[in-house]
Amino acid sequence: MSSHVSTVHHSEAPKGWIRHYIFSLDHKIIGTQYILLGLSAVTIGVVLSVIMRIHLVWPNAHIWGFANGVVSPEDYLRVITMHGTLMVFFVLTTVPQSGFGNYFLPIQIGAPDMAFPRLNMLSFWFTFLALIVLLSAAFVPGGSSISGWTAYAPLSAVGEIAGPGQGLGQTLWTVSIALFCGASLMSAINFLGTTIDLRAKGLSLMRMPLTVWGWFITASLALLAFGVLLAACILLLLDRLAMTSFFIPANSDVSGVLLNHSGGSPLLWQHLFWFFGHPEVYIAILPAMGIISHVLSTFSRKPVFGYKAMVYSLSAIGFLSFMVWGHHMFISGMNPYSALTFSILTLVIGVPSAIKTFNWLGTLYGARIHFTSAMLFAIGFVSLFVTGGLSGIFLAQPALDLYLHDTYYVIGHFHLIMGVAAIFAMFAATYYWFPKMFGHMMNETLGKIHFWMTFVGVYCIFMPMHYLGYAGDPRRYASVDAVHYLARLQPVYLFISIAAFVTAAAQLFFYFNFFWSIKHGKPADRNPWRATTLEWSVSTPVPHDNFAGHYPTIYRGPYEYSVPGAAEDFIPQDLAPEQVAKA
Amino acid sequence: MGSRKSCAGSAVPAVLLAIVILILVASTVYFHVAKTWWFPAAITPVGSEIDQQFFVTFIVTGIVFVLAQLALAWLVFRYRDQGRKAHFVRGNHALEVIWTTVTLIIFVGLGVMAAHAWGEVHFGGPAPGALQVEVTGVQFVWNFRYAGPDGRFGRINPKDIDASTGNPLGLDQNDPASKDDIVMGDLYLPVDRPIELMLRSQDVIHSFFVRELRVKQDTVPGLVIPVHFTVTKTGDYEITCNQLCGLGHYHMHAMLHVLSDADFQQWEQKQEAQNAQGGQ
Repeated sequence: MSSHVSTVHHSEAPKGWIRHYIFSLDHKIIGTQYILLGLSAVTIGVVLSVIMRIHLVWPNAHIWGFANGVVSPEDYLRVITMHGTLMVFFVLTTVPQSGFGNYFLPIQIGAPDMAFPRLNMLSFWFTFLALIVLLSAAFVPGGSSISGWTAYAPLSAVGEIAGPGQGLGQTLWTVSIALFCGASLMSAINFLGTTIDLRAKGLSLMRMPLTVWGWFITASLALLAFGVLLAACILLLLDRLAMTSFFIPANSDVSGVLLNHSGGSPLLWQHLFWFFGHPEVYIAILPAMGIISHVLSTFSRKPVFGYKAMVYSLSAIGFLSFMVWGHHMFISGMNPYSALTFSILTLVIGVPSAIKTFNWLGTLYGARIHFTSAMLFAIGFVSLFVTGGLSGIFLAQPALDLYLHDTYYVIGHFHLIMGVAAIFAMFAATYYWFPKMFGHMMNETLGKIHFWMTFVGVYCIFMPMHYLGYAGDPRRYASVDAVHYLARLQPVYLFISIAAFVTAAAQLFFYFNFFWSIKHGKPADRNPWRATTLEWSVSTPVPHDNFAGHYPTIYRGPYEYSVPGAAEDFIPQDLAPEQVAKA
Repeated sequence: MGSRKSCAGSAVPAVLLAIVILILVASTVYFHVAKTWWFPAAITPVGSEIDQQFFVTFIVTGIVFVLAQLALAWLVFRYRDQGRKAHFVRGNHALEVIWTTVTLIIFVGLGVMAAHAWGEVHFGGPAPGALQVEVTGVQFVWNFRYAGPDGRFGRINPKDIDASTGNPLGLDQNDPASKDDIVMGDLYLPVDRPIELMLRSQDVIHSFFVRELRVKQDTVPGLVIPVHFTVTKTGDYEITCNQLCGLGHYHMHAMLHVLSDADFQQWEQKQEAQNAQGGQ
């Protein structure tokens, strides 16, 4: 390995336990903190979804923690709101980007740390505070919000007369999301600065691993999108607390009370929210796309097919993601002519997504596939991405959205493409990078059991939801009793619930594997997967400044697998050409 | 690992993956062909046009779905580690251009095809002589208002809103046009006659949805949103709320009764007579 000694890390390795593990400036510790925060959030989120599935099938089941042991309609809405908010913000946004990105971006580009370590620590603690504020709403009078993770105004704007949880609970939700926006903005600046300024010698943009491209473009989206959501949250707080009328029109009569507001627009909230909300979908999935390309290439023992097409399509998705928010609003009452523009742009954004899929399939073509747990989750991702992507072609057409909007079809669609697909990327990332993070291997047998149960399970949960959507089943219904045509769908509900219980239980294999392997897993080599990128060139555990003062020089692209003429089937990025063994 | 590791054990996950994907494809195709859980029959001409667009989209996405999933299953099975060296290839420019162009044409083509049905619903107004009904969403009921014999909707004064005194919409009693307005909890429509619904909300956002109409439209406080259609089949259909509006969202339910011309006239006369007697 060739290396050159450059600037020493600007912070010394911390001495005390608190500075090392709690208020750490080290990107690796902060990344791990984000991952553990996400793991806590996803655990609560999954428990909440199990409660939903129990309630929908056995409405009178006694569930611990609810008044009288029964989930009331407002409890159900509290549960779905908390589930959605936790999953979208504190899991899908947090773990792939802030978690794995924080940990591995600096290492993969040959940097000692993020560009702004203190800002990095601050963004984590903002995120932590946001989570605490969000969860605290469950314990205030009226409970947490019932307006869904999208918090549509005026339901979210007019206070507790709109329903239980719409008082202090909704205020806390809004404060939490505003704090989260602040954290994401700080984090985005850090990712951009780091990627632009701290790359190792020889690491041109077109030699960056696709993971780095994913994190870099995601950070650009986050910088532009979270600012808008922050503004929206501040306006919502003003409507709630300062009697302004950004989102509340005149003559609103809620629960028999004529409101003293006038001049606001409920659609303004939706425009601001979805101007953030659609890029947000890609904030969740672009790092996942990077991770999947990375893992597929490693275990196919092949270069990523069409590396440049992958970079351009990532960029195209990022660019277009700001022009498609209106497809969430086809039936909202916005100008119907604009729907056609949003429709065509949405279908166009499907093209770079399709390009990625073709290139993943191209990467598998002629491969020598090693079915590790990480690889299985990556292959599962491709299948889920195809399925979830194609249902999007329906929703992108306003004439079809007229029927499918706000039905279970949408739930099935976005869970497959955004939720489960991104979760699969997180699992792939965990199985792939765990040896580098903790110095031990995860158990492959447990990993495979986990994969098979999860892969089959999520399809059993979310495919039938599309069929519920065809039957016109509206989402966010606490009970199906009032609508006659829903009665014959009960067998589907039961099937989904059972699949959900089994899939949730399957995650115990993951928890056990994760925590047990930290101490007891088989000790890991420096480069157990025989991979090419920089994180596998540094020793395990990774030194405080990542490279122990010897910063690497990059000689080639990131995915040099099975290169003809080379003795090994991988050539690390930092291996000098004269050191590459010939076959 | 890598070239040093034997290829044993590679066949099992490859075969399993292929089987799972095959089952996924087969079951998905089956449920779409058998229509086990499916759309109810459409009752408007626009609804039939929307169904036609659904059909085309099912065919196109269905073909892509089957081909892509089967390709994935075949690739993981075919290229499981059998001790061969991987085939070194960085990509293929011609292929990139071809699949980009083809997907662009297919996706955008679908969008262009679907534009007409959307235009039928939302561009232009209803045919002349359409029956107007005002639909108002309130937590957690629907109100349907007919203009009555004078053909004019009376003024609404929000200060008069009081569901307990039988004036849930706040009809202004000082406006003569209000006196004969008919307010119902269910929607009654005549068959084969152009209809225009004017959708509004009193409090938060609701969404008016009748499956058989293939029409869903949010009702937004501060806006009056028109929707028009002609129903071609009599019968009783369910109206649900599809936008989360609070704790009673799931039971915000009403019925749409589509009556023959004669039945509708009879119903109308009965309501008008009752209204006059009620002496509002």
